[in-house]
Amino acid sequence: MTHLHLAVALDGAGWHPAAWREPSARPDELFTAGYWVDLARSAERGLADLITIEDSFGLQSTDFRGPDGHNDHVRGRLDAVQIAARVAPATHHIGLVPTALVTHTEPFHVSKAIATLDYVSRGRAGVRTQISPRAVDGDHVGRRYIPDFDPAEPPTPEVVEVVDELFDEAGEYVEVIRRLWDSWEDGAEIRDAATGRFVDRNRLHHIDFHGRHLSVKGPSITPRPPQGQPVVAALAHAAPGLRNRPIRFAAGHADLVLVTPYDRADAVDLVGAVHRAGPAAHVFADIVTFLDRPGETGAERRARLDALDGNEFGSDAYVFAGSVAALADLLADWQRTGLSGFRLRPGALPDDLNLIVDSLVPELQARGLRRRSYEADTLRGLLGLARPENRYAATTQGALV
Amino acid sequence: MSVDRPRKQIHLAAHFPGVNNTTVWSDPRSGSHIEFDSFVRFAQIAERAKFDFLFLAEGLRLREQGGQIYDLDVVGRPDTFTVLAALAGVTDRLGLTGTINSTFNEPYEVARQFATLDHLSDGRAAWNVVTSWDAFTGENFRRGGFLPQERRYDRASSFLDAATGLFDSWDGIRVEADKAAGTFLTGLDPSGVPGAFAVRDDHFDIEGHFNVPTGPQGRPVVFQAGDSDAGREFAAAAADAIFSMHGTLEAGQAFYADVKGRLGRYGRRPADLLVLPAATFVLGDTPQDARERAEQVRRQQVSGATAIAFAEQLWNRDLSGYDPDGPLPDVDPVLGEHTVSRGRASVRHFRDPLAVTRQWRELAAAKGLSLRDVVIEVTARQIFVGTAESVADDIDRYVQADASDGFILVPHITPDGLADFADKVVPILQERGVFRTEYAGTTLRDHLGLAVPQARPCRATDGRLVAS
Repeated sequence: MTHLHLAVALDGAGWHPAAWREPSARPDELFTAGYWVDLARSAERGLADLITIEDSFGLQSTDFRGPDGHNDHVRGRLDAVQIAARVAPATHHIGLVPTALVTHTEPFHVSKAIATLDYVSRGRAGVRTQISPRAVDGDHVGRRYIPDFDPAEPPTPEVVEVVDELFDEAGEYVEVIRRLWDSWEDGAEIRDAATGRFVDRNRLHHIDFHGRHLSVKGPSITPRPPQGQPVVAALAHAAPGLRNRPIRFAAGHADLVLVTPYDRADAVDLVGAVHRAGPAAHVFADIVTFLDRPGETGAERRARLDALDGNEFGSDAYVFAGSVAALADLLADWQRTGLSGFRLRPGALPDDLNLIVDSLVPELQARGLRRRSYEADTLRGLLGLARPENRYAATTQGALV
Repeated sequence: MSVDRPRKQIHLAAHFPGVNNTTVWSDPRSGSHIEFDSFVRFAQIAERAKFDFLFLAEGLRLREQGGQIYDLDVVGRPDTFTVLAALAGVTDRLGLTGTINSTFNEPYEVARQFATLDHLSDGRAAWNVVTSWDAFTGENFRRGGFLPQERRYDRASSFLDAATGLFDSWDGIRVEADKAAGTFLTGLDPSGVPGAFAVRDDHFDIEGHFNVPTGPQGRPVVFQAGDSDAGREFAAAAADAIFSMHGTLEAGQAFYADVKGRLGRYGRRPADLLVLPAATFVLGDTPQDARERAEQVRRQQVSGATAIAFAEQLWNRDLSGYDPDGPLPDVDPVLGEHTVSRGRASVRHFRDPLAVTRQWRELAAAKGLSLRDVVIEVTARQIFVGTAESVADDIDRYVQADASDGFILVPHITPDGLADFADKVVPILQERGVFRTEYAGTTLRDHLGLAVPQARPCRATDGRLVAS
């Protein structure tokens, strides 16, 4: 059996909305560096391939269309790219994959931010690209119109068209950030004292991208990052009426596609759909986890949190509550559908993360499904991806005139 | 200067060496300008010396000259927010000042980023607001060259107002996190939603709810850099500190008096705006040794190729056929639109190229200088050259004579160019009681003696919030 890859998804106090009320939760530290450093170090102790960090351009809400006034839930968050940068010097092996929001931001800025994350982490950067389809998020920036719609309703033709455009633009966006990463060839910095030249400008390239949505000249101001191409991840989310569009975007542009199967058969379908849609190297399934521990089962914890919240917890992803052995069985079984790994979303932090690290990982190691030590220094290395050639390297002669 | 006045405390900052020819990359001691280790070493030297803050410049398009990437100076920089957030993890007290442009960004995102940096650094974030307008830089961004030059400070002012409204949008709201009661925030209004804001003006039409709580400093410290009248007025109205470039004591005093004199119009006191000029330095064991070293550094900074390139920026034409060690070009500069050099702020300083070339010719004739010698002489920015004692004297004298409130030091070697200053000059200033021996506080506002600002709550009109 080949190893399966493991990512941990960090968001606030955990994925259950009442998780911040757990005795071990640290809700008053959500906006401090120490909180995120501790979580990242825990995940690294569990030899996870990477952590992801969620982000959004608006307040968290149970209502897609706007703030919900829920003061019994965590509200407010920090910029995910900076959280990743802040934990980089405090970690050594684990991949750092923050969310970057693409709909209202500049690909030039995001490209250099992720390149810089790769420098400060010495080759452990990735980025999860995400669109912002909410009208209220658009109002925060005021540069484009996004219609107000309810995703629970069947999408109108206008909504289908707008969401389609947002994904289309996101595809261009990823292409731009990738070209910018390549806009400096390796070794472009020559420091040739004899001629006084710091760089060989023939090895710097305008990217001259002209798409339907974006036009960017380049080159980047930041040299090619250590990994050459940091890892790009995208969630191919199930969205009624739009289901294939997120998959086409993710499979067409990301190295790592995250899917949300609700059972094994769905995993088979999704893995097939991703591989038909594009060349993505990895497909991970997202699973929310509530693991058993002495004195309380995961199901009991979930039920207790549901009672506190006054609502039954629901998720876009499969929700697992049970024993470590049962989860290991499930992961091994689903892996056979062609999934190369899983992104686990701990129901409550830090408890469910610690259960993953201290119980699930040893179980997977005992089954020969997980590494016993980090075997590579870069995220690409951990994911078995070679450092790619630079797309512009072959065109060096007479490149930039 | 009144004899009764207590001696002013000096503020010192460390400018990470930039992409001008001030930075000497050809020296064997010169390290990487992009690897994180260089930033860590630089920051830790500054923090060891109890500096107020580290300063990071920004560029958004590689410079070009004659239609090609300008390759004679350091090229390449990191992303400002990302490298500062990482540096927050390897320092404890050092302020972290990042330059962020108000033209090719939007207030909501920048406010999120600075509020985040302030949280992740426990209150050490500062924003150096710069403007740009050129279509050349705009080619890297969604909106292109959308902003007319004369509107750049107008947009900057609106941008900063909007960001201020966002920073203050959680005023009075705190994370209470009462697990038993199930109340996450306290201080909410009846809507139960934090962060309400709305801004409507010539530049922005935005509204909604900001999603980052108020940072430890209330707002990040705000810097303004730029010498124009509009820039000075912008600083007087809204900045906590101004980053200037004035070489002589007299020029510094005139600038200091001018900008501090503008504060009253905005109901602000002289202490509310710090004047922190950039300063280069060269230390030697004796005055003679320092002068010789300074001369050597100048020649490293201005190679023959750099001298030609610099002259091309003034002449606005190709001068590659001229010998840098020969006389000045015998042709007139090309007037009108600058076509030779792009993406470089300093070109703006040549407002009258004919007059400047005339000055250069007079200088060359009077002293018998070559083209390279002239460029070395006219671009000299070494303000403090001398022994550690004399440099400490000079710095103290400038500050006590109100030519500045301190200096942003620009070393010419990355990453260790600050070490000599830290080890030799700082102890002298400390001994004299004009520079801290320990950080008294934890935030950058503490270091700079700036109060946490009064929140400027967005004004309520008809139940809506509108920042003006």
